[in-house]
Amino acid sequence: MRKKLLITLAMVLIIPGLLFAVSCAKKTIRSETSLTQQAEDEAAAEKAELARQQAIEEQRLQEEAELMAAARNMFLNEDIFFEFDSAVLLAEAQTILRKKAEWLINNTEAAATIEGHCDERGTNEYNLALGDRRAESAKTFLMDLGVKGSQLSCISYGEEHPVDPGHNEEAWAKNRRGHFTIN
Amino acid sequence: MKNYQIKTICLIALASFMIGTGICGAGYDYIDITHPFLRKIPIAIPVFKKVYPGDATERLSGTASDLLAETLDFTGYFKILDRDAFLVDMQTVTSLANVNFHNWTSIGSELLVTGGVLLQGDQVEMELRLYDTFKEKLLVGKRYKGLIKDQRKIVRRFCSEIIFFLTGNKGIFNSEIAFVSNSSGNKEIYICEFDGYNPRQVTHLKSITLSPAWSSEGKWLAYTSFAKGKPDLYIKHLRQKRGAVISKKGTNITPAWVPNKFALAASLSFSGDPEIYLLTGTGKIINRLTKKRGIDLSPTWSPDGKQMAFVSKRSGTPQIYIKNIASGVVRRLTFQGRYNTQPSWSPKGDKVAYAGMSGRNNIFVIGIDGQGPIQLTHDHGDNEAPSWSPDGSLIVFSSTREGPSRIYVMTAYGTDQRRLLALQGEQTQPDWSPGMGNR
Repeated sequence: MRKKLLITLAMVLIIPGLLFAVSCAKKTIRSETSLTQQAEDEAAAEKAELARQQAIEEQRLQEEAELMAAARNMFLNEDIFFEFDSAVLLAEAQTILRKKAEWLINNTEAAATIEGHCDERGTNEYNLALGDRRAESAKTFLMDLGVKGSQLSCISYGEEHPVDPGHNEEAWAKNRRGHFTIN
Repeated sequence: MKNYQIKTICLIALASFMIGTGICGAGYDYIDITHPFLRKIPIAIPVFKKVYPGDATERLSGTASDLLAETLDFTGYFKILDRDAFLVDMQTVTSLANVNFHNWTSIGSELLVTGGVLLQGDQVEMELRLYDTFKEKLLVGKRYKGLIKDQRKIVRRFCSEIIFFLTGNKGIFNSEIAFVSNSSGNKEIYICEFDGYNPRQVTHLKSITLSPAWSSEGKWLAYTSFAKGKPDLYIKHLRQKRGAVISKKGTNITPAWVPNKFALAASLSFSGDPEIYLLTGTGKIINRLTKKRGIDLSPTWSPDGKQMAFVSKRSGTPQIYIKNIASGVVRRLTFQGRYNTQPSWSPKGDKVAYAGMSGRNNIFVIGIDGQGPIQLTHDHGDNEAPSWSPDGSLIVFSSTREGPSRIYVMTAYGTDQRRLLALQGEQTQPDWSPGMGNR
């Protein structure tokens, strides 16, 4: 009877002890490996995340730069056109000027020159004055849209700088223009 | 150098050997330049007689007599008779003073110029005579002595005498023409003699330079140039390094000197609108001459300086207006056409020449009372920028009738249109100088 009690006691004490010992040992080993692993994983993930973030940021910046460049190029490349012997801004010219105003308002550090040009049909002197009127009417329109006058200057080239040297209506239409440059 | 030349040419006018009395200044009935339908006077100009034979004399008598014929022909007053039709050889005539007038009247010649050439070293002596062959009368006789290289001046001097005798006007033979040419690759100002001889570049700004304008005594030139990046006004003395630049905001263009004053009118747009201002020769604003919204430019003065014609868009299209400076009254001069620019007031004061657009640009002349207008060029390309000769007998202008723009001359009635010169590139905006005395 006493012997049976001892065995039972031993069972009660040892087995859980064993069990404890086993589980304890096992746990120690596992926790060592998993900790380093986890740290490595986390660092890698963090790095990857950082790289990803950086890439996104770079891409964003690049896209932004591209957009800005595109906006700038559009500002520079999109001419406005006039009718013969007229400095009146046509609807299409006004649409283009609205975009230009937006760009100038977003880029207050930029200063632009508006060039007024004419076709070859008029006489040289009058065309210098007409080119001046064309540049001035574009400037007034931009200022009415909120562009600072200090950002804008005007110059007339009259008929002296045609983009198309042709002697036909197609060429003349291209040459009756307001062109923008950034100083 | 110039002074020296002037002295030389003063010295050479040795003698005026008028024969007979009451000749001087009595010939105005030969050519009436106010008559619109000119009859060309037939004139014979035989090769000048060589006083001593020799190769050099041979060449000189040939070139001098040809030059005299060309110079007289330039005026448009004469019909130069073909030498092949002449009945006498001047080389065989014993005395130049004895002329058998029948030999000349029978070939239809009404005037005759004879000349004798004597060459001694680098000196030349020329004896030149103008005869009325029907009246059998010597009209003008002069003897000149100078260096061989001065033969051009001698011939011109005698031509001036002829024209003065026949018209009562000093003529154009001492005048020059300023114009724009891009021969060098840039538009620069050039000057040539009245007949296109000796063109020379006078600005070297390597930019766009336009609209030359002579002062009324011929010493100053004003023009527009982009040399500083935008259209500015330059006022320059032609012989001395003096001058001024007007570079106000906007355009500074179309200078026109006030007759007999060191002042000029020009269109400046610094107020936000191209307006005409009166400026001192040093470029200071005296006062504003136009006060209407819209383009005002291209002033041109009446010979007495009391009125100014100019271009204005005040009525919606560019038209020519006249402002009376004292009263301030402005009236519109041109009503035909929708684009009339580049006015030029005639030296007599009664007309304004301008370029009018009807498809192409053509030269018109209108009376200052609005009479006319008369169209002088007819759709041979674009004809622009008319400017009167100092005696009012001729008009210089630019034309694209042969493709590139060149300088042409015609009579004030549109006859005898011919090219003045052709340089490389294109030539535009001629401005005829005033008569500048003997130079």
